[in-house]
Amino acid sequence: MKLLFERSVKGRGSDILPDITTGTYKPEGKYLRQSRMHLPEISEVDLGRHYTQLMKQTHGVNDGFYPLGSCTMKYNPRVDEETASLPSFTQIHPLQPLSTVQGCMEVLYKAEKLLCEITGMDAMTFEPAAGAHGEYTGLLLIRKYHQDRNDSERVNIIVPDSAHGTNPASAAMAGFKVVNIPSNDRGGVDLDALRAAVGKDTAGLMLTNPNTLGLFDPNILEITKIVHEAGGLCYYDGANLNAIMGRVRPGDMGFDCVHLNLHKTFATPHGGGGPGSGPVGCKDFLKKFLPCHMVEERDEFYYFADPEKSMGQVRSFYGNFLVVVKALTYILTLGKKGIPEASGKAVLNANYMMHQLKDHYHVAYDQICMHEFVLGLDDLKKKTGVSAMDIAKGSLDYGIHPPTMYFPLIVHEALMFEPAETESRETIDEAVKIYLDLYEKAHSDPEYLHNAPHHCPIGRPDDVKAAREPVLKYEFND
Amino acid sequence: MGRYIPETLSEQEAMLKDIGYSSIDDLYSMVPEKVRLKGLNIPEGKSEMEVLEDMKEIADHNTVFRSIFRGAGVYAHHIPAIVKTITSKEEFVTAYTPYQAEISQGVLQSIFEYQTQICELTGLDVSNASVYDGAVAAAEAIFMTLERNKDEILVSDTIDPETLAVIRTYCESRSVKVTLLQNKDHLTDIEEVKKNLNERTAGLYIESPNFYGLIEDIEAFAALMHENKARIIEGCDPVSLALYKAPGEMDVDIAVGEGQQLGLPMGFGGPYLGFMSCKKELMRKLPGRIVGETTDHEGRRAFVLTLQAREQHIRREKASSNICSNEALCAMTASVYLAAMGPKGMEKLALSCYSNSHYLAEKLNELGFRRTDEGEFFDEFLTSSPVDPFVLEEKLAEKKILSGLPVKEGILWCATELNTREKIDELIAAIREVM
Repeated sequence: MKLLFERSVKGRGSDILPDITTGTYKPEGKYLRQSRMHLPEISEVDLGRHYTQLMKQTHGVNDGFYPLGSCTMKYNPRVDEETASLPSFTQIHPLQPLSTVQGCMEVLYKAEKLLCEITGMDAMTFEPAAGAHGEYTGLLLIRKYHQDRNDSERVNIIVPDSAHGTNPASAAMAGFKVVNIPSNDRGGVDLDALRAAVGKDTAGLMLTNPNTLGLFDPNILEITKIVHEAGGLCYYDGANLNAIMGRVRPGDMGFDCVHLNLHKTFATPHGGGGPGSGPVGCKDFLKKFLPCHMVEERDEFYYFADPEKSMGQVRSFYGNFLVVVKALTYILTLGKKGIPEASGKAVLNANYMMHQLKDHYHVAYDQICMHEFVLGLDDLKKKTGVSAMDIAKGSLDYGIHPPTMYFPLIVHEALMFEPAETESRETIDEAVKIYLDLYEKAHSDPEYLHNAPHHCPIGRPDDVKAAREPVLKYEFND
Repeated sequence: MGRYIPETLSEQEAMLKDIGYSSIDDLYSMVPEKVRLKGLNIPEGKSEMEVLEDMKEIADHNTVFRSIFRGAGVYAHHIPAIVKTITSKEEFVTAYTPYQAEISQGVLQSIFEYQTQICELTGLDVSNASVYDGAVAAAEAIFMTLERNKDEILVSDTIDPETLAVIRTYCESRSVKVTLLQNKDHLTDIEEVKKNLNERTAGLYIESPNFYGLIEDIEAFAALMHENKARIIEGCDPVSLALYKAPGEMDVDIAVGEGQQLGLPMGFGGPYLGFMSCKKELMRKLPGRIVGETTDHEGRRAFVLTLQAREQHIRREKASSNICSNEALCAMTASVYLAAMGPKGMEKLALSCYSNSHYLAEKLNELGFRRTDEGEFFDEFLTSSPVDPFVLEEKLAEKKILSGLPVKEGILWCATELNTREKIDELIAAIREVM
């Protein structure tokens, strides 16, 4: 497809702005830009059509089943978009006087209270702009806590080998060393390995429960106890909160701080890779280290307060505010019964789908799963040569977004499915039929799957060429 | 009340029965009994109509100003109608990060176009797909300059305070020493830079226009840093780049900035996007997603996420950054905005900002609001105030006019294309009433 720049014709464009009426002020020549700026010169109608074509080559949640594991691709309610588009939210400057932004403050205040109740935490910041950003912020809380106690020995963050890649990367950015521990034969934390790993150098443990295999760790209370007894803190990665919200809370499981992905659990859209929002909640004793700009209320007036020993800021202003508006709308809509109903149905969907696939595909850990489950296609690959990648690419031809591939790393040829609660039984039944078809195809015509997809705008791209000879922008001829 | 689950409760029971369970609770048998929640202490859910009414009522507690003379990092601009139309398309709004290139060419191509436009604006070689905001872009750029024996960074004290706060947090966690340089007349002082340079200096972070609106002599700083084998990072205003010298024309190594001005509403602080571009030699140090062009097996043009060996899902604790999600839809917004404006539109925009703000400065001067600095400014400037700035702010607010920002040195004023002669004359008349 043509690029914007290839549609550009000199002199074309729209009149967006009026003529200048304030005179002929202009900077002196020495300040002026010399080089030409190649921006597209394009009519409004052609611009509109360009993006309509790009839209048709983009698979969104409404295009079909989207069981991308650990990403919680649930339906994004329309009313949430509508509230976040209210001009009295969108047209507010972040540095307006407090008396003129009481509505925005109320949004942050209410969202904090509701999400604290859902997570079992005592305070929450909305500054982090995404999940990994939240991880970083949560880890800085842990760092500040130990520094404040003058305990400089605690430099290690323990991370299970099933963790998301962002966990160790965030720990490194927050200045910690990463200690990886293996999982046990049931996919949970190996308690002996954990006991062996903790010590005077333990700053904390990062854990998601249910974990990335979709399994709830029944030893969770023992795990958090072991870490606490060693003097460390427990960090809850909220990427998988959709399985348990309204049913069990990180705060009650012994976690001291938590990040959430509003763009997963709380139904705000992913936007093709952001904007997200990664609020961080913590227990009372960590509150004093939270980022600046916490919202407080006195006599029905909301104001900002900086925590006593604040870590400072991790982003400008107050985070991705309009995303918080969407999440608040969602929580108010679902309410006390709707929240656990959503998690329950997410777990039901995953078990329902796994149940129908497990006679054919190998389920990595065959037990009740939470909101997602992992297939290991090692045997299928040995037998037919068809890999997890081939099955995933094959599903593209049926209009299904593939599951997460080759993750978690501890399962070979992994495919990780997360059929969110908003998918209907019929959709899952249809998807199961497709995956069984693909299974059959793997045996009858593996070659066909090696070359899949066959009906998408492009076939498999050459990733090696992209990395070896990077072309990262359009090259203009003039 | 409100719900987005397709099935009725009895349908769900049927699904459970089909797989051998009698209740949803059966599926939570692994959760220790003593931590199972009896019920959430939050309000009952509501219908769509009620929630919309409630949210509107909350929103009504905000004041939308008719006329805004405040910037300080976030700017009111006209947003072309087509921008919202395009970026509201469900496919773009609801898609995930484009891991599956075959069904994500739309998003991938739009990021490639965005990268190209950012390179054009800044005059540099390589751009990433965006980061969280301008402040985080500055902090991430600082990490790009670090080397084994170079772990100190010089930062001008004329930069945006929000950006400085983020830089401090990020640098502290990675044990990077930040030296804040004392300004001279609200401009970065080259003698101060020379004084603080040493063999451990990795680079200098400087903004132009700076927080006080002034244009800095970037070329001189770039030359000085390069003589000392250190890098220069320029934080820039993307609108000003249509008029002023681009970072690439001044030998800047890394350009970063806040992209909010490129078609995003102020939204009480976000979502925005941070843009980042750099010289080719620093390409593999860029954090975040990068889209590249390649071909598929039939030779068709294809776009993919590339250079992933830098990233967290491959490198884990050795990654160049932990960033995963960025601000893709905001980057697309910026890209549509730049295409809708075109080169002439962007030039007109920059000149409007320049002209309107200079007209404003002249009119304010007549009322005794004297500029405190002499240097060249783009669309923001600092003045003294003959009246209490907070009283002025309050009085103007009654007329739905947002004054310049009261800061400790006076008032920081801003005018964009929205502050036409009519709006400025109205402001001036309103100030006269106060005085």
